[in-house]
Amino acid sequence: MTAGGIAPVETTVAPVREKPIVGRGTQVLAHLGLILFTLLATLPTLLIIMNSFKTQLSIFGQPFALPTPETFTLEGYRTVATSANFPLFFLNSLLVTLGSLALILLCSSMAAFALSEYRFRLNTLTGLYLSIGIMVPIRLGTVGILNLMVDLHLVNTLWALILVYTAQGVPLAVFVLTSFMRGVPRDLKEAARIDGAGEYRIYGLILPLIRPALGAVTAISMIPIWNDLWFPLILAPGEKTKTIVLGASMFLGQFVNDYNAVLSALTLAIVPVVVLYVIFSRQLVSGITGGALK
Amino acid sequence: MTYLTRRARRPFPWHIVVFLAPAVLIYTVVMIYPILASLWLSLQTRAADGPEHFAGLANYRRLLGSELYAQPLWNAVRNNVVFFAIHMLAQNPVGLLLAVLLSFRLRGSAVYRTLLFTPTVLSVVIIGFVWKLILNPAWGVQRGLLEPLGLQALDQPWLGLPGTALPTLGLISVWQNIGIPMLLFLAALVRIPDELYEAARLDGAGGWTIFRRIQLPLILPTVGIVSVLTFVGNFNAFDLIYSVQGALAGPNFASDILGTLFYRTFFGYQLQPGDEYMGAAVAGVMLTIILAGLLLYLVTVQRRLTEVEL
Repeated sequence: MTAGGIAPVETTVAPVREKPIVGRGTQVLAHLGLILFTLLATLPTLLIIMNSFKTQLSIFGQPFALPTPETFTLEGYRTVATSANFPLFFLNSLLVTLGSLALILLCSSMAAFALSEYRFRLNTLTGLYLSIGIMVPIRLGTVGILNLMVDLHLVNTLWALILVYTAQGVPLAVFVLTSFMRGVPRDLKEAARIDGAGEYRIYGLILPLIRPALGAVTAISMIPIWNDLWFPLILAPGEKTKTIVLGASMFLGQFVNDYNAVLSALTLAIVPVVVLYVIFSRQLVSGITGGALK
Repeated sequence: MTYLTRRARRPFPWHIVVFLAPAVLIYTVVMIYPILASLWLSLQTRAADGPEHFAGLANYRRLLGSELYAQPLWNAVRNNVVFFAIHMLAQNPVGLLLAVLLSFRLRGSAVYRTLLFTPTVLSVVIIGFVWKLILNPAWGVQRGLLEPLGLQALDQPWLGLPGTALPTLGLISVWQNIGIPMLLFLAALVRIPDELYEAARLDGAGGWTIFRRIQLPLILPTVGIVSVLTFVGNFNAFDLIYSVQGALAGPNFASDILGTLFYRTFFGYQLQPGDEYMGAAVAGVMLTIILAGLLLYLVTVQRRLTEVEL
């Protein structure tokens, strides 16, 4: 991971070009392989969703059967809706994720602008310093982070999580955004300077131009934040600050015998993420590939 | 004239500081400082009611040498190596295979890609529970699937046996994370210029030859990066094992890796109280392993790759 020589990364991956690059026989084999793996990847999840709509008896009796009018029930969803703090946990996850994303995007785009736009003595060094965080996991600082949050009286607040996820997300975001900003034509900025625009104004003008990159950073940062279990467990395990992942893990322990409720809770936790993923899928792909490859 | 030259001298570029400050500040205070503070703490100790004091490498000696700590630590390191090996042998080759299949530009490639990546998007809590349920002998999924296929012998409590728990968890993790190497390999593959494929087609090359002679050599740098990402991710893993087997990483610590050991040492479990100094020392060991791996990659693989490029 060196700071130099970063090329702007195109935003789409595998554009479907007209002609497959292999012969017919290989194509058929490839389709078979892909179908097999796709089934393997999706069936376990579909099994959960499907069974969440069935009665307890048929969940056990015929796990592979689709719900029929006789076996269909919303019992599990009723249990979940009445017994857990799911809406609160959901809101906590939402606040933490949106808060961290907003901070990551703001701080990283500012830093990336400075690193890509100006030549100053500490430029390369700052870039390298920030990129340490791409490879060294923030979890190794957990003892120090907990002590810091205790000192700042932030334990059991959502702010603790927001700050940690921002620190965790900034290195990769700066890396991706810097390479995109280098691709913005210089003439544009010079023209704005001649028109008398200040440096902050020019930063504001650049932002809309790198919207695809901001989307990519949002998509790659979002998933690990939403899904994290470690930091909520350590920094915010209180009933009022639990995230949905932590809440779901507690819920699973508590209702482990009520399969209706468990499967419904799981389905509720799966659907929002999958919907978001389908919406952001393209940005996610370009974000992952743009971030990890030089 | 003098007025103009004086004007032309630049004032201190405060705007650069303003642009960099928020990112550098949060990153330094919440990430770099805690990691360093953690390392510093691993060199401290405190007697039962005494003040904190510097202890040098005493914690590390205890961690590596005393019976109470050394046995679990080496067990966790061993398990972690197995966990990593499973990913290198199953996740990355299969991820590469999928990427190659997707790079053939078949009809519906985008749909396959989206669906193959879905498990990666889901929370580990969900993944863990889904697989616990599927592998649970009481649910009948195993029986409903295996008996028709004549594979009753596979109906085992895979997560409950000390010999199979860790490989099973490794494969669940592979199942979830395979989308990441797949995407990284695919991104490298789509950059291969079309002319190379056209030339290969004119020579009558089949899928295997195209892979061996064109695709694999050109994406070798990505293979290196994927290995490093897998290494760092695996030696830092925690969530899946904790979700499926709990903090004790059962059965009988058969699935204990460094992440779960770190959690237990820091927070305590059952009769053993948590110890932040020893916890910090475990983190220190993890950091050392990860940095050693990164360094090894940089001086061997990375260097050789750049030489090849030149």
